[in-house]
Amino acid sequence: MKAVRLWSVRNARWLKKVYDGLEWILSLLNPILRRIGYDRLDKPFAAVEGVVKGFLFDSQSCGQCTLGETGMACPMNCPKTLRNGPCGGVRQNGGCEIKPEMTCVWVNAWEGSQQIGAEQTIQIIQAPVDNRLKGRSAWLRALRIKVGSAS
Amino acid sequence: MKFDDEPTPGEGLPILPGHTSPGRFERILRAGKFAVTAEIAPPDSADPADVFARAALFDGYVDAINATDSSGANCHMSSMGICSLLTRKGYAMILQQSCRDRNRIAMQGDILGAAAMGVCNILCLSGDGVQSGDHPEAKPVFDMDSISALSMVRRMRDEQQFMSGRPISSPPRLFLGAAANPFAPPLDFRPHRMAKKIAAGAQFIQTQYCFDIERFRTFMAQVRDLGLLEKAYVLAGVGPLASAKAADWIRKNVAGVHIPDAVIDRLAGAQDQKQEGVDLCIDLIEQVREIEGVSGVHIMAYRMEDRIGEIVTRSNALDGREPWRPAL
Ligand code: SF4
Repeated sequence: MKAVRLWSVRNARWLKKVYDGLEWILSLLNPILRRIGYDRLDKPFAAVEGVVKGFLFDSQSCGQCTLGETGMACPMNCPKTLRNGPCGGVRQNGGCEIKPEMTCVWVNAWEGSQQIGAEQTIQIIQAPVDNRLKGRSAWLRALRIKVGSAS
Repeated sequence: MKFDDEPTPGEGLPILPGHTSPGRFERILRAGKFAVTAEIAPPDSADPADVFARAALFDGYVDAINATDSSGANCHMSSMGICSLLTRKGYAMILQQSCRDRNRIAMQGDILGAAAMGVCNILCLSGDGVQSGDHPEAKPVFDMDSISALSMVRRMRDEQQFMSGRPISSPPRLFLGAAANPFAPPLDFRPHRMAKKIAAGAQFIQTQYCFDIERFRTFMAQVRDLGLLEKAYVLAGVGPLASAKAADWIRKNVAGVHIPDAVIDRLAGAQDQKQEGVDLCIDLIEQVREIEGVSGVHIMAYRMEDRIGEIVTRSNALDGREPWRPAL
């Protein structure tokens, strides 16, 4: 999956567009989704999301997605699960301190965010993970935050 | 150097207007003095005398002492233990808190405990991976990262709240620090990362070892252009290398330390390599001082702590100023 993940970072620009489009479609569907009930939809949504994002980004399904702010690189692949930028241990060749055979997630994230012009959003301070949300749908959560029906 | 309102050891100084801590370290920096900090070697023992003896090596040479938090993921006496012992004697301590071993519940408890013990400065770190230490089989925690930890401590201090929102009746009065590594990729991201740490609450920055002065100069110029020099004090990391062989080992095995070939060659060409390492450190101090925005040096003299006196004296880093030391 590593190859796909790198491809995704390199193609971050239009993937981000697709992603934003998806969010738009979801917000159009919101009245229907709300009627069905978000909680009931969470499982099927999370399942689809897990497959799609797992394939494209090696997403670890933390349930509180940062992909748009991290250059379409999932920060949960960082062995230290750092969500706010690279540690000081990145090797001179860009390899990860802990898994030298892997390029540091944040080297990818920086590359990707330059592609999508997100040098600003990578500066957003990400709160630590809410461990209760693991495995739940981040798409539905983002939608609910947007329409103001979740904290 | 003693302030007129110097308290009995273990108690805080009065907090001056615009300051956030009752500590000496913040006062020195805000007064525009060139500050010197050093890293104390944590003992592998439960004997307080070991801690006092190691701190005594720094008496009269440093403004504040960093107590590391099992750095390199090797087990030693805790930062909290060392800080508690030394604040009782009046030393200005910088508690290092890494995110590797503790979750948010433990960290917030420790922050209150440390402040209650007279710790005025906290350095928030992500921490080295457990793989690099003597317990590679341990569970890495990383519930937070250095930046979310900084904003957590700042909230405890300024908003008097735990992360949960529950109120804190008497907040920890702290001066907040973070680390920066100008030498690790992605290089052009590093100044932005420092900006993010400052936005999250960092008031001072201690850098990784600076052996590549050219690179450091570039970094500091970028930092200046981002307007960060008005927002935080930067202390450049320096330290003596014991030999060319040791230097080569460090750059191959210690995460995040960048040592250029020229440095290794200089050591290798010397008669007395250890002395050359000390001389090199002194040269580096003189060079980093010339760079705009460097407010002090942070000396990490691993296994050469006894040479810190010589380094500080010969580099004249303190400009003849005498830092606080415990009464004899
Ligand atoms: S090198 Fe990069 S991926 Fe590896 S632990 Fe550090 S930040 Fe995470």
